[in-house]
Amino acid sequence: MESAMRIFRSRGVSKLTHQLLKRCLHSSTVARMAITPRSEPVSHPEGKQRVTLVPGDGVGPEIMSSVQAVFTDAGVPVEFEEFHISEVNPKMNAKHDDVINSFLTNGVGLKGIIATPTHFKGGVLQTLNMRLRKEMDLYANVVHVKSLPGVRTRHNNLDFLIIREQTEGEYSALEHESVSGVVESLKIITREKSRRIAKFAFDYATKHGRSKVTAVHKANIMKLGDGLFLECCQEISELYPKIQFESMIIDNCCMQLVSNPYQFDVMVMPNLYGNIVDNLAAGLVGGAGVVAGESYSQDVAVFQPGARHSFAQAMGRDIANPTAMILSACNMLKHMHLEYHSKLIEDALLRVIKAGKVLTPDMNGFSTMSDFTNAIVHQLHS
Amino acid sequence: MASGVGRSASVLRAFVSNFSLRTLSNEHFLSGLRCVSCLHKRGYSTPAPTVRAQYGGRHTVTLMAGDGVGPELMGHVKQVFRYAGVPVDFEEIRLDREHNDSEAFRQALLAVKRNGTALKGSVETGIDSPTGSLNAQLRTELDLFASVIKVQSIPGVQTRHDNIDVVIIRENTEGEYSNLEHENVPGVVESLKIITAAKSTRIARYAFNYAVEHGRKKVTAVHKANIMKLGDGLFLECCRKVSEEFPQIEFESMIIDNCSMQMVSRPQQFDVMVLPNLYGNIVGNIAAGLTGGQGVVPGMNIGENYAIFESGTRNSGRSIAGKDIANPAAMLLASADLLEHIGLKSHSELIRDAVIKVIVEDKIHTPDLGGQATTVQVVQAVIGHVREKTKQWYSHVH
Repeated sequence: MESAMRIFRSRGVSKLTHQLLKRCLHSSTVARMAITPRSEPVSHPEGKQRVTLVPGDGVGPEIMSSVQAVFTDAGVPVEFEEFHISEVNPKMNAKHDDVINSFLTNGVGLKGIIATPTHFKGGVLQTLNMRLRKEMDLYANVVHVKSLPGVRTRHNNLDFLIIREQTEGEYSALEHESVSGVVESLKIITREKSRRIAKFAFDYATKHGRSKVTAVHKANIMKLGDGLFLECCQEISELYPKIQFESMIIDNCCMQLVSNPYQFDVMVMPNLYGNIVDNLAAGLVGGAGVVAGESYSQDVAVFQPGARHSFAQAMGRDIANPTAMILSACNMLKHMHLEYHSKLIEDALLRVIKAGKVLTPDMNGFSTMSDFTNAIVHQLHS
Repeated sequence: MASGVGRSASVLRAFVSNFSLRTLSNEHFLSGLRCVSCLHKRGYSTPAPTVRAQYGGRHTVTLMAGDGVGPELMGHVKQVFRYAGVPVDFEEIRLDREHNDSEAFRQALLAVKRNGTALKGSVETGIDSPTGSLNAQLRTELDLFASVIKVQSIPGVQTRHDNIDVVIIRENTEGEYSNLEHENVPGVVESLKIITAAKSTRIARYAFNYAVEHGRKKVTAVHKANIMKLGDGLFLECCRKVSEEFPQIEFESMIIDNCSMQMVSRPQQFDVMVLPNLYGNIVGNIAAGLTGGQGVVPGMNIGENYAIFESGTRNSGRSIAGKDIANPAAMLLASADLLEHIGLKSHSELIRDAVIKVIVEDKIHTPDLGGQATTVQVVQAVIGHVREKTKQWYSHVH
């Protein structure tokens, strides 16, 4: 364009025509830009965004390598900062503060499952998972329960969200033996945190176009504690006239989930009920291997499988199902504005599952995890 | 109310004593709940925190496009946000000429209460409208007491004055905008202008705090206390009292008529100005006119819990709607202010720098600034700068 103008200038074209030329050249570039689709892509892919990676225990490391293989082949502009932490084998742990700092600076993390031993050997009651959640204030956990076409289960076409408060309630790590043989465990419910999780649930429902929120509680027995939680949900619901609000007692809720799960849309509940219902619901759509989850604080989002099992007995046997972790990773990409890559990988994964030829044992298949991963990579290219 | 508290306190006692027996009836259960709430209300009196919808670093912000050029400008803002990779999702609410009933208004109000912040185009008000201006109502209901307009000369834009740098802080919720008017006798109308000590002190304190935080030197209170000795007198008195808490900031007062004259003859003398509602409206428009008009001046309305960002002069620009000649700068700068407000500082600077660069260095001007570029051309130029910057951003991560 410049050289064309120089020629005109050297030939003594008047200033007016020069300006006209400049304008029409300019507008022609604009016209060309206007034709390109407006929806994508965003101008990221020049550099890479960094993400914290904690593989976790059991099959975590194997599954992460599967995720990384898929990412590499899809050309995802993401760089992982990897930390190993474990409660079962703490000798090789990375420094705790480094892990926390990494999560806080990157703002996004992908995490496997850190197993927690059940027997108490003295020391602190707080588990490593609880500590991570507390320190980063990851108060909201979302599990998206969605039937995958190709995975055969008793219920089809399920699609609902379970939102769980995960910084207080029964997970307070406050237990004591007042008199020998009598143990008191404190369950803490606060107005502030209940309102916060209720608002999260309604905001999440609004953003994702959902129409109903069900608060799950046991306020008939714990009238004050769960009563407060329920009251907070009720109060917050008044800010959202377009979203229907319901409440349900936890025992009834469990029965309804296995008999008629289609009635649910978004569910919000305190810590322990959330943990149980997450697992129950995961079982409805094919088990721990296929359900994605995500945890949020104000500034950090951590993506991990929805049902938290490290599956240590399968370690090194190449039979684990990486679907949950790959779906979580896709949600992570969506969160980072990398919608294109997210959709690319998710579509490939769903096509492989739907075809039903290469499936891991938990999905009634006979293939190994590596074959399953290769099938996804192959789909990426087709 | 008092008997209610007494009753629930006695119920609480009964509740505690019955606890071990586990024989609570349903009625007891309900009163127990009420106990919890009244205990809470007595126990804590901390002010409500600033409302946000921020999860995992991503924000939800209410978007009200309004009338006139609003919808097209909002489209441009969304596009620029997409290229800048801003972690903001918009919840779009319709509040405009066609959607101006009480239900639409309630939806808009709740949406801001949910998300805490909003980007807004102006809603037109007919003179015969029975409800009054929806814009003003929204500000009153949300208690957005401070309207802040930053007016700065833009190098490269030809105006009659250079080096203007004024911040106009306007009380937004009382004064002449009380909506209290009546006709006592046919042919005689009284309009009530309300000035209260509480609100005057609040706006004065906001102005001085703003001056301290932004390194300003002087606060000028504008009034008409020579005529409205009690009303504007109270406003002036409150400003003076607050000024004693801030010895490092110079304080002066000026009468509105003189102020308007000074504004057009020697505007460089002003730094931060604090005004009651109507004067703020007028002076804001004068100042915007001095530096290039409504297309380049962003505005914000700040309350204790919520904030709404819009163009500084709050005109809908219906006459130029759909012609692709509106200046997108004001709305883009307002969106940058919004990003700064919710803590996305680097994104805010990215967009603000790009807009200023397009106006000052590239000199791509819409007709209101004496140029011939279209809105889309300006926006594309802004996006061009944004793209260049985002490349550098993410490559330094390596």
